[in-house]
Amino acid sequence: MITKRIIPCLDVKDGRVVKGVQFVQLKDAGDPVELAKFYDEEGADELVFLDISASHEGRKTMIDVVERVAATLAIPFTVGGGINSLEDMKKILRAGADKVSINTSAVLNPSLIMEGADYFGSQCIVVAIDAKYDPQLGSHRVYTHGGRKATEWEVVAWAKEAVKRGAGEILLTSMDQDGEKSGFDIDLTKKVSEAVPVPVIASGGAGNAEHFLEVFRDARADAALAASIFHYKETSVKEVKRFLQKEGVNIR
Amino acid sequence: MIGVIDYGMGNLYSVSKALERMNAEYFVSSDLNELEKATAYILPGVGAFKDAMAILTETKTDKFLKDEVQKGKALLGICLGMQLLFNESEEHGWTEGLGFLNGQVKRIPGENVKVPHMGWNKLAFQRDHPLITGLQEDYVYFVHSYYAVVNDPDVVVASASYGVTVPAIVGSGNVFGCQFHPEKSGKLGLAILKNYLTFVSRM
Repeated sequence: MITKRIIPCLDVKDGRVVKGVQFVQLKDAGDPVELAKFYDEEGADELVFLDISASHEGRKTMIDVVERVAATLAIPFTVGGGINSLEDMKKILRAGADKVSINTSAVLNPSLIMEGADYFGSQCIVVAIDAKYDPQLGSHRVYTHGGRKATEWEVVAWAKEAVKRGAGEILLTSMDQDGEKSGFDIDLTKKVSEAVPVPVIASGGAGNAEHFLEVFRDARADAALAASIFHYKETSVKEVKRFLQKEGVNIR
Repeated sequence: MIGVIDYGMGNLYSVSKALERMNAEYFVSSDLNELEKATAYILPGVGAFKDAMAILTETKTDKFLKDEVQKGKALLGICLGMQLLFNESEEHGWTEGLGFLNGQVKRIPGENVKVPHMGWNKLAFQRDHPLITGLQEDYVYFVHSYYAVVNDPDVVVASASYGVTVPAIVGSGNVFGCQFHPEKSGKLGLAILKNYLTFVSRM
């Protein structure tokens, strides 16, 4: 059977990994390629690079990063951030990324999902969803623009719509849990995971190895993504995997 | 010299880089006159079967490959490239494939599993074969929604379990295929590619 995946996420700005990464043993802790190699050796199943460059120049640099990572790494990786058109997708995928992740652009222009899926196949198109609980809605609401803008979409409805339009995977981030390190949002993840027939990557809230166990066992997530706990060495991919294996989770 | 076939639907960059890391001699081309100089081929592929076959037919690459295989040159199909080796696929309506291997490419039944089959799954070796010589069963990276239903079980070198038994490595004579991405499958994936190079060098 297929294994549950552990996915470190790296924020890249103008070609450099940002958000204080603490890796003293690396020659250059800000170099995406060095970090990608480190996580590969640690046993990461996949990587996500989120381009948070605001400028055109920064985006061009990202292509170079993607090429360098693809030249070095023998595991798959996804690139997200600032992908607004089929043309953007082509650039990133041709540079060697395995998947692209779209978020705001998918909500604003849902036909982009199908354009990408038709051209590259669904397996290349990840729709990232930022979700926040809305008491009035009695459910989670979808946010765009890095979590700054509320949309009309309820999260399960949007996830289903995205899959109907060709999304091959959903990257689901709980804005409520993000940065809290108190565990993934189990209810949210379970709800979405059971509603769609494609893999769901849970994101937001990872604080320790047990949180990964919970999200795989209780929320049926197919993969779990984390950033700071790996970057700050609060735990390691290796440690999390060792724990999961002991708990009987199928991992690589 | 490996000829990587560029027909507009492959993750050529990753395959090329993997070959480079192994110091393999290779070139990427869509020009059949160029490609003919190769001693063996890699047919990558990402996307839909129907579109891929349409391009291969239009560019006469389908006939070219049939002739080259007939001459005894080796061919390795990766992912969609492996599926194209079979008789036909039901993806987006029945489409005829290259027909090197007997079987139909069908959608993975998604009753108990999510489709696409995406992630790391363990290979189960079925028989001895040059592609897995000296290797141990381990995990490799799959991304696909369709799988080969083989008519002749002997072509299956390795399989993976995903609701159904997914042929993961197939081989018959000088034609090979990997449903997973060896170039994205860590050490085992690269070792399988290396075995292909070794096989080719001894031909």
